[in-house]
Amino acid sequence: MMKPVMPKSVLVIGSGPIVIGQACEFDYSGVQALKALKEEGIRTILVNNNPATIMTDPDLCDATYLEPIEPWALEAILEKERPEAILPTVGGQTALNAAMVLHQSGALDRFGCHLIGASPQAIRAAEDRDAFKAILARHGMETSRSFVARSVEEGLARVAEVGYPAILRPSFTLGGAGGGIARTEAEFGPLLAYGLALSPSGSVLVEESLIGWKEFELEVIRDRADNVVVICSIENLDPMGVHTGDSVTVAPAQTLSDKEYQWMRDWAKRVIRAVGVDTGGSNIQFALHPQTGRMVVIEMNPRVSRSSALASKATGYPIARVATQLALGYTLDQLPNLITRTTPAAFEPALDYVVVKIPRWSFDKFRETDPTLSTHMKSIGEVMAIGRTFKEALQKALRSVEIGRYGLLDGVPPVPDGNTLKAKLAIPNWERLFYTALAFQHGLCVDEVRDLSGMDPWFLEQMAQLVATENRLRFFSAEACPADLLVQAKEEGFADRRLCKLWDVPEAQVRQRREAMGLRPVYLGVDTCAAEFEAKTPYFYSSYSGTSEGVPLAGKKVVVVGSGPNRVGQGIEFDYCCCQAVFGLKDEGYETIMVNCNPETVSTDFDTAGRLYFEPVTLEDVKAILDRERPDGVVLTFGGQTPLKLARELESLGYPLWGTSPSAIHRAEDRQEFQALCQKLGLNAPPGNTARNLEEAHAKARELGFPLMVRPSYVLGGQGMALLTEEAHLDQYLAQAIEVSEDHPLLLDSFLQDAVEIDVDALCDGRDVVLAGMLEHIEKAGIHSGDSSQVFPPQTLPQDLQARVEDLTRQVALELGVVGMLNLQFAWNREGLFVLEVNPRVSRTVPFLSKARKVPFARLAARLMAGRMLSDLPELKGLAGDRPEGLVFVKASVFPFARLLGEDPVLGPEMKSTGEVMGVAPSFGAAFAKALSGAGVPLPQGGAVFLSVRDQDKEALVPVARGLADLGFALVATRGTRLHLEQRGVPVGAVNKVGEGKPNAADLLKAGTLRLVINTPMGRKSQRDEASIRCQAIALGVPCITTVEGARAALEGIRALKGGRLSVSPLQSWP
Amino acid sequence: MDGILLLDDGTAFSGKGFGHLGTRVGEAVFTTAMVGYQEILTDPSYAGQIVAMTFPHIGNYGVNPQDVESRAPALAGFVVHDVSPAPSSWRAHGSIQDFLRLHGVVGLCGVDTRALARHCRTRGTPKALVSNDGTPLEALKARLAAFQGIDGEDLTARVTAKAPYTFAEGFEGPEGFVAELAPARMPGRAFKVVCLDFGLKENILKNLTARRCQVTVVPAYTPLDEILALGPHGVFLSNGPGNPEMAAAALPAVRGLAERLPTFGICFGHQLLALAFGGKTYKLPFGHRGANHPVKRLETGRVEITSHNHGFSVDGDRLPAGFSATHVNLNDGTLEGMRHESLPVFSVQYHPESSPGPHDSLYLFDDFIAMMEEFHGRRDARR
Repeated sequence: MMKPVMPKSVLVIGSGPIVIGQACEFDYSGVQALKALKEEGIRTILVNNNPATIMTDPDLCDATYLEPIEPWALEAILEKERPEAILPTVGGQTALNAAMVLHQSGALDRFGCHLIGASPQAIRAAEDRDAFKAILARHGMETSRSFVARSVEEGLARVAEVGYPAILRPSFTLGGAGGGIARTEAEFGPLLAYGLALSPSGSVLVEESLIGWKEFELEVIRDRADNVVVICSIENLDPMGVHTGDSVTVAPAQTLSDKEYQWMRDWAKRVIRAVGVDTGGSNIQFALHPQTGRMVVIEMNPRVSRSSALASKATGYPIARVATQLALGYTLDQLPNLITRTTPAAFEPALDYVVVKIPRWSFDKFRETDPTLSTHMKSIGEVMAIGRTFKEALQKALRSVEIGRYGLLDGVPPVPDGNTLKAKLAIPNWERLFYTALAFQHGLCVDEVRDLSGMDPWFLEQMAQLVATENRLRFFSAEACPADLLVQAKEEGFADRRLCKLWDVPEAQVRQRREAMGLRPVYLGVDTCAAEFEAKTPYFYSSYSGTSEGVPLAGKKVVVVGSGPNRVGQGIEFDYCCCQAVFGLKDEGYETIMVNCNPETVSTDFDTAGRLYFEPVTLEDVKAILDRERPDGVVLTFGGQTPLKLARELESLGYPLWGTSPSAIHRAEDRQEFQALCQKLGLNAPPGNTARNLEEAHAKARELGFPLMVRPSYVLGGQGMALLTEEAHLDQYLAQAIEVSEDHPLLLDSFLQDAVEIDVDALCDGRDVVLAGMLEHIEKAGIHSGDSSQVFPPQTLPQDLQARVEDLTRQVALELGVVGMLNLQFAWNREGLFVLEVNPRVSRTVPFLSKARKVPFARLAARLMAGRMLSDLPELKGLAGDRPEGLVFVKASVFPFARLLGEDPVLGPEMKSTGEVMGVAPSFGAAFAKALSGAGVPLPQGGAVFLSVRDQDKEALVPVARGLADLGFALVATRGTRLHLEQRGVPVGAVNKVGEGKPNAADLLKAGTLRLVINTPMGRKSQRDEASIRCQAIALGVPCITTVEGARAALEGIRALKGGRLSVSPLQSWP
Repeated sequence: MDGILLLDDGTAFSGKGFGHLGTRVGEAVFTTAMVGYQEILTDPSYAGQIVAMTFPHIGNYGVNPQDVESRAPALAGFVVHDVSPAPSSWRAHGSIQDFLRLHGVVGLCGVDTRALARHCRTRGTPKALVSNDGTPLEALKARLAAFQGIDGEDLTARVTAKAPYTFAEGFEGPEGFVAELAPARMPGRAFKVVCLDFGLKENILKNLTARRCQVTVVPAYTPLDEILALGPHGVFLSNGPGNPEMAAAALPAVRGLAERLPTFGICFGHQLLALAFGGKTYKLPFGHRGANHPVKRLETGRVEITSHNHGFSVDGDRLPAGFSATHVNLNDGTLEGMRHESLPVFSVQYHPESSPGPHDSLYLFDDFIAMMEEFHGRRDARR
């Protein structure tokens, strides 16, 4: 067979920071693509400013640009690298849009570079909904009735063509941003205006409602010889009306007959051909009317997607890898099926199990956001579970999501009456699955629930049966439950945690009874072929029905437990670290085993670890794997809180945990032990106390004085954490459903005013300590470290302070006996240096520092856990005390506010960001400008700036305002801020607050005059007014800065931008 | 009622009975097709076999009058992991449980069909027995021990038409589905095609009638002169169950027809064609059954995803004289299609009519029409 002629060099465009709708699936697909390119000896160039990705690791690429995925940076890279081709189909919508801009601007032609994987024509045909519908109509396929509106007037004039409810879909936006459902004319006008504003092409598709239709997706790939195969079918449990990213989905489709499925498959083939995706993968979505069977095509993505990542994990078929190889010119029959290794990639996987995906939302963090689900995606992450049956897969998925619910009826909030329950079924919301079970519990029948929810009765019947089983189980006690009922419960996926709750006994009691009966899970292979051929690649899932396959891995082996679903506070950084742990353990000669349930990740790629268990990360599921594999070590400290919270129980059960001991972790995490630790080492910690009831809370608060940082105990990512400036706020805070009790004490800390925060990561082998790096926060203390901007190396910290921080870090690490990594957070102000937190595990900042210093710290940490000493690791030589010269690295956070409308974008102690970017440049200003540009809020170089700051910030604002004026910006300010600035000789225009009459700041924003908003929150009274300005700025894509330190950094950034073109440099060339 | 699937090596799989209650012997086979259980149940090629579905949920969308490939199931037993309690489909007329009961098919659910597939894959196709009527184990063992298997049986005689008949039905199913099956090109005339019925799937005939063919189905062992007396323009050799060597009685007619008229064979028909011209067939270790097999069309190099159901294969290394390979299986390299170098004769091992399965290979029916056009002329001479 002829090997195709290949380009010598290829630029891969990544997807940038993690945002809603675009998560680590594009790290997964990018890594597969880069590996496939490398295998061909092609020079690979990558642009992606997300440092927490595996794809940006130095050895995966020849030239890695951690630069913004913006036209200016891409053109600079093209000019420098002159790649022969660009692969734009593995970096999500971001990469596709970026490639289209390069095409339209003529940059591709100018640099003699072409797109592979999808042509500009095909991208346009798929993405421009108007063109797409026309093409489908030409090829005899149906789409929903629709028209394209380019103005609100046009929309209102034509909306009768589709009727209400009408669906709005802005063109070229990510994850359906700006879309929605309008049920009346009053809803239609504003929604259309918003969509028009968000769409880069200023057009919105207005469509006939398909709400309630069954929704399906097919993952299709095509090669240059026009071979087309369907890798996977996916059926949405939630019918049309809920974005597929927010739907519970099932693979393969369960309710289609062969005739319907083949009809869909035929159309899928026709769509990919008609649109002209010549090589690579596409995702095609269909709707099917549940009573008439009419089928319409909804849309296609001419690239790999989140669904294709799911399909890859669900089937074992590496879509991104194969799509890349096809883009290079291979045909499917020339490529092997890497799972069987004996059969080709030209086939369609056959499944003999069921896969369920459940999204993970963060409404608990975004309390202002409307929790109704619609065509506008809101979830942050997802889990996938595999079971022999739908019931088993569903229940495994439920416990994988880690929301503290281990069954369909676990912790479902009671509903006051039948009508409320019916509304919960009829209006899609994240808890609908649970309310469905509740409805069956309340005696509703399958048909009633179907009529309300539109969910297919097949799935509902299965859920009704789960409720029935649960009711039978309730009838017994843990001892009296008949063995066959227990077997049935386990076969249906009931978790030990659920059973123990039903029976009100400790989980261990259920487990002991089960294990005594010999009732343990079996492990089955994901083999792409339903056992027809032998699978060589070990990729397993558990089930309680079947016959176990494969034997425990031979040799010295270590289990790495992953981080579960992405959420605010625990995202791709931890998957990155888990992968690094695997690499480090491989370096030490160990066989590696990964346990995780997040289908988007690199860690769950079949060739990352030596063996993969696609399983929930719960005590029950992890323990069962450890019992089967009997590893030499278990590593829990790389995946964030998810694996860490299993540590004490696994240790007490006698499993060999590697690294820092759970008791040492407890010393750092437990409040009292932590204070004892500080005392012992003579460290300052902010004065704090614990309150177990409301009276105590007030008393302790008064004792400590305000401002005060308060938080419930046992939370992640600063959940429910708040900064209170006066006692009156304490009542408001406690009224927000914050529980204060013996079991859930409230933690109160004196707030350190005007403090600079410092993050430190270090490695320790138990005897010696090496600092990975020190990050200076740009915003003052009070902003969650996951949200604040940070800079490396520190820019304003005196040398002697840095030395002290280093010394304290060393002391803490040795005192705790850390083996691996630890992270410390300090705050420094006039009163001194305080330790805020000690985290004896890898932290969120490790990937950033690893990139900045070009040292894979997490990988080395894993080697320390395997017994290696720091002195054995040449990578660390000369690192201590050494400051890299020449470059400044800025981390900026990325927030979901533009997707979660109504949410005040102000920063505080509760983490809200979904991702991060890195900006690299020789100066701080340029690095900051790059970081913001990469975060999607590029700093303006001219126009008007709106200023409105609280009193204590007014003086600090003066130099910033003066600087902006000197750079040619027009300044407008609200009264108080304006008077202060004028007094200090800075000329400022007047503008009203929103309530004060016209023209106000909102009018200027709408008119497009304002290019930057600097607004620090003034406290609760005027908050609503300010919040509306901030929300509006976010909605219109105007950068909104809410701290005065941020404003200062922005000024430096703007100065750098105006100082000339920013340069780009690959990681491989950094010092 | 508890039931059992017993294999000839003593392996037993337990399950629960559903459908008809009874005991049947047969050859245990598995199919990896994920949808299309009703088409599979009614495919006569499964005669004498106990069919296991590797896909765990079966019965999800019920049964309907359209998704059938023959009047009644011919298989010996039906084994699944989980049978759906209530069907859900706008097309459903009833449940799979009722369908099995109505047609006397012994069903077994709750079976670890993945383990069964792995067993068959490593040990080869076993003789087996399925029982869900409470027959004592010893009696079952004795009955299985006495079972000679199906390779020596002429299953054709069991499933073939008893008398000639004409077939004029068109495609059935959802409107959009039927539209997808429309031929790329409609012939200028209506060809008369005689189909030798070795256990045919009706969707094959529907693909012929969709191309204006006037189809007469004749029993498998109809003599050559009787077939020629019908004055056909072309001959179709159907699929069917069992060992092709057991249908040796059909070989003279098959050869005689192929030497005189455009001839197209599918599956069993393909095997008989090879045997009639001196080729060899052999039994595959565990057969090919599923809807995802890649077949390469050698002429174009393109890959078709195809529907398979065969336990025997034509030996590709010893093709009959005058034939060359046209299609090959990419999974195991077995022969999937052949064509005569001078006669207008070709055949495929797999199922271009799909049902169930992908529609990637419908062009073969167009090729058959084109062959008749070339042989007889594009237009009807009588017009």
